[in-house]
Amino acid sequence: MNLRPIAAIALRQFYLLRSSPTRVLPMIAWVAIDIILWGFISRYLNTVASTGVNFISSLLGAVLFWDFFTRVMQGVTMAFFEDVWSRNFINVFATPLLISEYLTGLVLTGIATSLVGLIVMLVLATWLFGLPFFSLGVLLLPFLLVLFLFGIALGVLASAMVLRLGPASEWLVWPIPALLSPFVGVFYPLSTLPAWMRAVGHLLPPSYVFENMRSVVGGHGYSGSGLLTGIALALLDILLAAWLFTSIYRYAVRSGLLARYAAESVS
Amino acid sequence: MNVPALAGAGHAGLPIAGVATPGVAADYALRADGLRKNYGSTVAVDGISFGVRAGEIVGLLGPNGAGKTTTINMVLGVLQPSAGDIRIEGVELARHRSRALAHTNFTAVYAALPGNLTVYQNLRFFSLLYDVPAGVSRIEQLLDEFDLRRLRNTRSGVLSSGEQTRLALAKAMVNEPRLLLLDEPTASLDPSAADLIRSRIRAMAVRTDCGILWTSHNMYEVEEICDRVLFLSRGRILLEGDPRSLPHAHGASSLEELFIRLAREPLGSAPAAAAAPAPKRDAPGAAP
Repeated sequence: MNLRPIAAIALRQFYLLRSSPTRVLPMIAWVAIDIILWGFISRYLNTVASTGVNFISSLLGAVLFWDFFTRVMQGVTMAFFEDVWSRNFINVFATPLLISEYLTGLVLTGIATSLVGLIVMLVLATWLFGLPFFSLGVLLLPFLLVLFLFGIALGVLASAMVLRLGPASEWLVWPIPALLSPFVGVFYPLSTLPAWMRAVGHLLPPSYVFENMRSVVGGHGYSGSGLLTGIALALLDILLAAWLFTSIYRYAVRSGLLARYAAESVS
Repeated sequence: MNVPALAGAGHAGLPIAGVATPGVAADYALRADGLRKNYGSTVAVDGISFGVRAGEIVGLLGPNGAGKTTTINMVLGVLQPSAGDIRIEGVELARHRSRALAHTNFTAVYAALPGNLTVYQNLRFFSLLYDVPAGVSRIEQLLDEFDLRRLRNTRSGVLSSGEQTRLALAKAMVNEPRLLLLDEPTASLDPSAADLIRSRIRAMAVRTDCGILWTSHNMYEVEEICDRVLFLSRGRILLEGDPRSLPHAHGASSLEELFIRLAREPLGSAPAAAAAPAPKRDAPGAAP
């Protein structure tokens, strides 16, 4: 892999963000709204519930982690969508750029934009609601790593789907996190779920983060093997997503889909 | 009209060797051999063979749907041929895609540059994609060369057609390509702007010794700028030669008249071209 083409993909996104408030605002606004909304809900639950559970840590913490995962995924897909919206595929793929370089560029963009969202969420959650985020200590690293890796995998997967199905399938991308959230137990333990949903949840890396987070907040420690399983599953998902994207790209080159890629014109 | 067999429908006997064949192959910016593209039972390009020498401007002519853009897309690596072989500067595209495309660039009316990036940002983006080592200084050079300096910070989406064409050409030159594919580069320009662009491209080809494959529906332009033309119809090359002498050689008063006659000619009535390609003066692989 070569650094310059990777930098090109990331730099293009930086140029667009720098000159476009409409692209920057959603990176900040939605996470801020989520933190404020769930912050007040958590504060209210702390006043009315006598369970001994700190909802700021368990509920608001979960929202923060889930939003971070969503931002990573959207960071990757948004960079890809820029090529869809500007119908730039021929210009980009008629260069020496390798698919691995293109995907790495998308991932770098996802890292940068999701970190902005994470910082905004941390500042608001800590400053307004006193979320003891850093009390998780070094456990934050594996938690964030699992969510980050899985966000990349889903971002690449969603991009592959849009490459195959066409620009109109973009709307299918946005509900993906909402579709997954009941299975990964963002707000409740997996044991709450029926057996088949629990089985699905165990295949999804974020479930290991949220199970461990609740356990740590409840003073029960963490499961190292659970976190390792989450990391391994997320890495496997990245490999599968990259393989799928490459396969669809090859199909698009073979079938002529890439050459005639335009809104509403693909089957 | 009986069209003599001048061109390489089917294999023209190009000597294809390893990645870079010394001697003969090294003179060619592009060589395509037996290039074919099927979409199911539809044949878009039917086993054509041709070459573009270094410093040569070759016109790829033909009616709409003849297979010109399909051919260009295959050379650009964004469309996989059903059969055949493409070599850019002797490098096999199918096996060494990145290395082959590093020497190539293009402009096409259907592939506008991102309109939400400025002139400079577009050039920077593509200089990095093409892995140009001294990208920033190369861009400064191109801004002057294509009279784009005053538009440096203007979004390309708001440029006039002429300015967009100059930017597209600047982008196409950013990696100093050995092969340039120009798909109707003057299509949306007024005659004066088109003339300026043609002059620049001609000067560029002479200066850089870059091979150019040029598609156009403007026969005046083709006669003026192309060293050689290939007439494509229904995916086959029907005719090949010097655009200035071809019309007279085939009983037409102008290239445009010849084009119209060829475009309306049922392919079946030109069997010689398809069935029995003969060696010819301008054939790729023939002695210069």
